Amino acid sequence: MKAIVSVFAKDCKGITAYVTTLLAKNEINILDISQTLMQEYFAMIMLVDLTDCPLPFDQLARQLKEKGAERTLDIHIQRQDIFEAMHRI
Amino acid sequence: MSYLINSSEILQTIEMIDQQHLDVRTITMGISLLDCADRDIKVCCQRVYDKICALAHRLVDTGCAIEQEFGIPIVNKRIAVSPISMVAAACDSEDYVPLARALDRAAQAVGVNFIGGFSALTHKGFTRSDRLLIQSIPQALTETELVCSSVNVASTRAGINMDAVARMGQIIRQTADISPMGCAKLVVFANAVEDNPFMAGAFHGVGEPECVINVGVSGPGVVAHALKACKGQPFDVVAETVKKTAFKITRMGQLVAQEASRRLHVPFGVVDLSLAPTPAIGDSVAEILEIMGLEKCGGHGTTAALALLNDAVKKGGSMASSHVGGLSGAFIPVSEDAGMISAVESGALSIDKLEAMTCVCSVGLDMIAVPGDTSAEIIAAIIADEAAIGVVNNKTTAVRLIPAKGKTVGDRIDFGGLLGSAPVMPLHGGSPAEFIARGGRIPAPLHSLKN
Repeated sequence: MKAIVSVFAKDCKGITAYVTTLLAKNEINILDISQTLMQEYFAMIMLVDLTDCPLPFDQLARQLKEKGAERTLDIHIQRQDIFEAMHRI
Repeated sequence: MSYLINSSEILQTIEMIDQQHLDVRTITMGISLLDCADRDIKVCCQRVYDKICALAHRLVDTGCAIEQEFGIPIVNKRIAVSPISMVAAACDSEDYVPLARALDRAAQAVGVNFIGGFSALTHKGFTRSDRLLIQSIPQALTETELVCSSVNVASTRAGINMDAVARMGQIIRQTADISPMGCAKLVVFANAVEDNPFMAGAFHGVGEPECVINVGVSGPGVVAHALKACKGQPFDVVAETVKKTAFKITRMGQLVAQEASRRLHVPFGVVDLSLAPTPAIGDSVAEILEIMGLEKCGGHGTTAALALLNDAVKKGGSMASSHVGGLSGAFIPVSEDAGMISAVESGALSIDKLEAMTCVCSVGLDMIAVPGDTSAEIIAAIIADEAAIGVVNNKTTAVRLIPAKGKTVGDRIDFGGLLGSAPVMPLHGGSPAEFIARGGRIPAPLHSLKN
């Protein structure tokens, strides 16, 4: 299953490293990544492949949220289908 | 990103969900209970309970899993059942309250927010069972927490059953005397639809399959946000913007509906293209009308603005879904919309303007608090007016009035949660008692010679 991971935070050092390490620990492959700065806010969006991830989706979502909160990052994970449905005919 | 979906689109979706209150308002499972009939009401109740639990036991968990995976809130998981007046017709009991209790227990057991279908279809006349069901409504709604009731009193093909209209005036009056909250769970319809996923009017129509999944989408906040960007633009731009936004909202609803249908092994019925407000600030249909350029919802121009909104929502939404149905349109429930509440409190929005608005939008006079001493005849006359609008214009209309016990104009009644709170609205004087006492049927309207 493919999913979109989005990370929002006030910009600081090491955000990308922290999040990609979390993903790697869960056997999640990053297929594509983009980052933007909106004023002082950092937004990172990743397309990931969950095929080898051992955790069920709900546990993974919870873990990312909790681990994100420890560093004041707002991390969401959503199945990619919702974005396709909404923005592509 | 090199991938097909670009970052700005992803951010737009996340912003819609996080800041503009985008959600799927309800996944509603329709269940036929016609095979639960029995002469003994106890047996009938047990069959009803068992069948609902068997078919819907995974509904809430499945809804929560979809919510989690797609990251889109699914606010309500609900059940609609066959009109109970049909299910209970074979019973030799004269009291249908035990069936309402069985529905309530089943709803509690599977964990849904509401169960609809304590209903009767009386647009052309009453069966014995319809009369018994209607008589049970006040007690059924008071004794149960999650059961919703609806009665269809008119249709374009049959006309208006004025005996049913008069009876429902009395029933609303009686229910209000016991518990105003009961009235929030009771709708009187003209041209009721069989696949409506929204409460309190949902029931599983006789033309429906054994079990079905219908989804109601929402998103006034998203439409309001999109329209803020077209300030001063002509109406062509406004209509296009609403259509595009409704398309996106509905596609999301269609995706959720298909996924729920696949996981539950239940056929997908319809997506109801609705703009259903909540009491939250920024999730208001009234606000959309004001963004279009009205100083206050309820002023002159409101009906035209709502007509445009309602039509554009349907046009955008119908392309986004394979099957569209239910009520489909903008809802204007006063207590559930912060902008409507504010418009009533400021004196800008009257019951007459609300009635005019119901000519061009989904449903009707919805969640309106009226003085506690409003007579059954006045309530019946309000129902008759609204039914006439529905019957003549070939659309669904409904009345959900709450006579606020012990309260008068200017007071406020609180329902809590999504039902919100409502200021008590003034009605007109002059008794319609003699008009309502006539009974009989107002004939179906002619649908030719249209001028």
